[in-house]
Amino acid sequence: MTIEARGVVKTFGSFKALDSVDLKVANGELLALLGPSGSGKTTLLRIIAGLEWPDAGEILFDGENALDRGARERHVGFVFQHYALFRHMSVFENVAFGLRVQPRSIRKSEAQIRARVKELLDLVQLDWLADRYPSQLSGGQRQRIALARALAIEPRILLLDEPFGALDAKVRKELRQWLRTLHHSINVTSIFVTHDQEEALEVAHRVVVMDKGRIEQVGSPNDVYDAPATAFVHGFIGESIMLPVEVSGGAVHLNGRPLDLAAPGDAAGASTLFVRRHDMVIGPAGSGTLDGAITHVRSFGPVQRAEIALTESSAIIEIDAPRDRELKIGDRIGLKPRHYRIFASG
Amino acid sequence: MSVLAPRRSTLPGFGLTMGLTLTWLSLIVLIPLAGLFVRSTDLSLAQFWDIVTSRRTLSALKISFGLSFAAALVNLVMGTIVVWALVRYRFPGRRLFDAIVDVPFALPTAVAGVALTALFAQKGWLGAPLAALGIKVAFTPLGIFIAMIFIGIPFVVRTVQPVLIDLDPEIEEAAASLGASRWHIITKVILPSLTPALLTGFALAFARAVGEYGSVIFIAGNLPNVSEIAPLLIVIRLSEFRYADATAIAVVMLVVAFVIIFAVNRLQRWAQAQAPST
Amino acid sequence: MSIEMTLQRTSGTAAQSSHVESAARRDPRAEPAAVRIAIITLAIGFLSLFVVLPLVVVFVEAFGKGVMAYLSALADPEAWSAIRLTLGVAAVSVGTNLVFGLAAAWAIAKFDFPGKTFLITLIDLPFSVSPVISGLVFVLLFGAQGFFGPWLQSHGLQILFAFPGITLATVFVTFPFVARALIPLMQEQGTQEEEAAISLGASGLQTFFRVTLPNIKWGVLYGVLLCNARAMGEFGAVSVVSGHIRGETNTMPLLVEILYNEYQMVASFAIASLLAMLALITLIAKTILERNIDEDMPHDH
Repeated sequence: MTIEARGVVKTFGSFKALDSVDLKVANGELLALLGPSGSGKTTLLRIIAGLEWPDAGEILFDGENALDRGARERHVGFVFQHYALFRHMSVFENVAFGLRVQPRSIRKSEAQIRARVKELLDLVQLDWLADRYPSQLSGGQRQRIALARALAIEPRILLLDEPFGALDAKVRKELRQWLRTLHHSINVTSIFVTHDQEEALEVAHRVVVMDKGRIEQVGSPNDVYDAPATAFVHGFIGESIMLPVEVSGGAVHLNGRPLDLAAPGDAAGASTLFVRRHDMVIGPAGSGTLDGAITHVRSFGPVQRAEIALTESSAIIEIDAPRDRELKIGDRIGLKPRHYRIFASG
Repeated sequence: MSVLAPRRSTLPGFGLTMGLTLTWLSLIVLIPLAGLFVRSTDLSLAQFWDIVTSRRTLSALKISFGLSFAAALVNLVMGTIVVWALVRYRFPGRRLFDAIVDVPFALPTAVAGVALTALFAQKGWLGAPLAALGIKVAFTPLGIFIAMIFIGIPFVVRTVQPVLIDLDPEIEEAAASLGASRWHIITKVILPSLTPALLTGFALAFARAVGEYGSVIFIAGNLPNVSEIAPLLIVIRLSEFRYADATAIAVVMLVVAFVIIFAVNRLQRWAQAQAPST
Repeated sequence: MSIEMTLQRTSGTAAQSSHVESAARRDPRAEPAAVRIAIITLAIGFLSLFVVLPLVVVFVEAFGKGVMAYLSALADPEAWSAIRLTLGVAAVSVGTNLVFGLAAAWAIAKFDFPGKTFLITLIDLPFSVSPVISGLVFVLLFGAQGFFGPWLQSHGLQILFAFPGITLATVFVTFPFVARALIPLMQEQGTQEEEAAISLGASGLQTFFRVTLPNIKWGVLYGVLLCNARAMGEFGAVSVVSGHIRGETNTMPLLVEILYNEYQMVASFAIASLLAMLALITLIAKTILERNIDEDMPHDH
């Protein structure tokens, strides 16, 4: 099923949670809504689910107006951030709930319900927990039961609100992989909300980056990482060095000094230069675009991180360099960005 | 209704349940109470004033409010001691005494009334030794005072208890590590954070004592101008079919009760503003 | 005696689960032993004198002339009629206030609307109204000189000094109990489970009966318990509207008063002992329920 949002606006009191949001989701897609807290991503998800109603705009499922129908009729599988498992029901009954509350005319027989629940528990690999209660499960197990419960009604769309938000780091990583595989096997149009960029980039087919109730960019994980459309996206995704610069006549100036960087097509005026930390190439002093002195070096994993006091300004920046490059505190070096982007300030 | 209706909502039943709530609330509580105020407008201001300032009414109001205030003060002090012992110390029977605090809530007031009277009557278990000392409790204002203390016991304890339990131990440890004495910690650190709860408990105990009827009338003696409480005077006026008099006294008591509710709401808001958000 | 032992037993198990225990033993937070002993003595002395002794006196007086006198006092037809009336009034009051309490708690706890705090204050109102005034307002409405008095009289309807009046006054007095027990619990539980149920296709009623009600069942029982205790024990309000017709409109607390004023001490205290027993059972049940409700309160994962 395809999902489309058109001009969706939602305010809570004076807070504008969604500011005219347009979005199209393709059939069978796995989409991530990524943004900081308060960016409106969960609100959009809840509006699609029918748990919240927009002040203006449209939601279309396969081209049909979905706002006419309440959450009960939308046939949407929703996985809540804190799972919202029914705490007085066993795992089995939680998963069976959606089947048991169906109108008698279409309700499955008890045997069919049992078979379906068993199938779902197998799918999430937790069939051995059927008789437990939610309070007896670990966070990761609750997460998977919540998913099985949502899938029981054979939803046309699967929506997940911060699916890994309440889990510890190790479990999160395992479940990411698992979710991707699961989506592949059930192939239901799915949207999940996250504030964790790594999660979005690793799991989703496409990522929607949101900020302050607006969509900043929609694209593949590579798109949003390599070709950020806005300053916000560049700053939010990946770790960036940001320097305030001045653009005039296609040239870039730092503190009045021209830098050896081209800015074709960038509007004149106060701007910000964005460079990924690992995109700064270190060379001898005077060889690059910027000069500086190393003030601090730390090594972890495959990289080492150096703190550099720039000669051209009072700024101190952090760059990542391979471990085999020897860096000493006090060394004077030159820096040249391999890739960079310039966005007008404000 | 439409003013109260929330944005279109996922959960059903708001209209139905809110409608039921407002209807029932109006029929059972609001309209009857409003009727009382409407009835009081039958009286001219001068008539109202005459009733309320008649010697007997004034005495009854003075007895009710004065003794209630004194009893609430006793409950404030003793309640603090009880709650401290229950929360901070272990002693045999602690849980039993904790449960016993609620007895004045649960015990029907008439039962409390006859029991206290039997206890403090001249030949009673406590009345006899007190009489030997020349102190007469039953059928005197002192008896009213005792009954009011009894029914006020749970209020201070139950409002302060959760606050004292939730009080962050680190606050006291911090104060101790800064060199404060135990006395200073209690008076400068703990008691101030308990103040809103203490005042709330005091106000609730006071309000309850002012309106109390059942547990007081048996032990009170009910002598006009000496040991006659305001609620009893209302009942007496009703039995004499002097509805206007009963209404006027009731209005005065209700207004005071509303002022207390307002004060308690304020106190609670103050307490919430003081509580550190975690 | 057996009741006290039960109380002690239930309190014993609770002490082990008390999380305050370890905290209270920490050194910088302890007072000198002498102060500690003084405070405990004062607390125990105060509670024993003011609470335990009155309770004990009820039973001692009730059995003062032996068990036979006690039983024959309870077997009196007047006592039976009072017990029946009290049970009837309590049943109706608890029933209506249960329905109201559930409706009010659903509207208040599960939805956001302006004026919510004010509405809660209004629901609480009967708690702060003197019982006597609670009765008076119905006399003013339905009495001979009341707003509806003449109309009722011309239609031959009796509200005051009869079952309906006694019940109305009791409903008024016990009005807040169920709602107040449920609102904080349901607010704390939030709406997520209900939202999940709806999105899984459950209807409103299915959601309420299958998801909400099981989550608040202990709270409901708690409210019903306190509501019932007050309904059976109410004195002031009922006294004003009852008319004290012997064998007809006397509830148990009213009968206690009448017998007491007639110096029938054993009979009076026998009825009183039944009410005191009700209070004790209520307290024991309350202690147990409070623990169950605590488990229904959501805890952070």
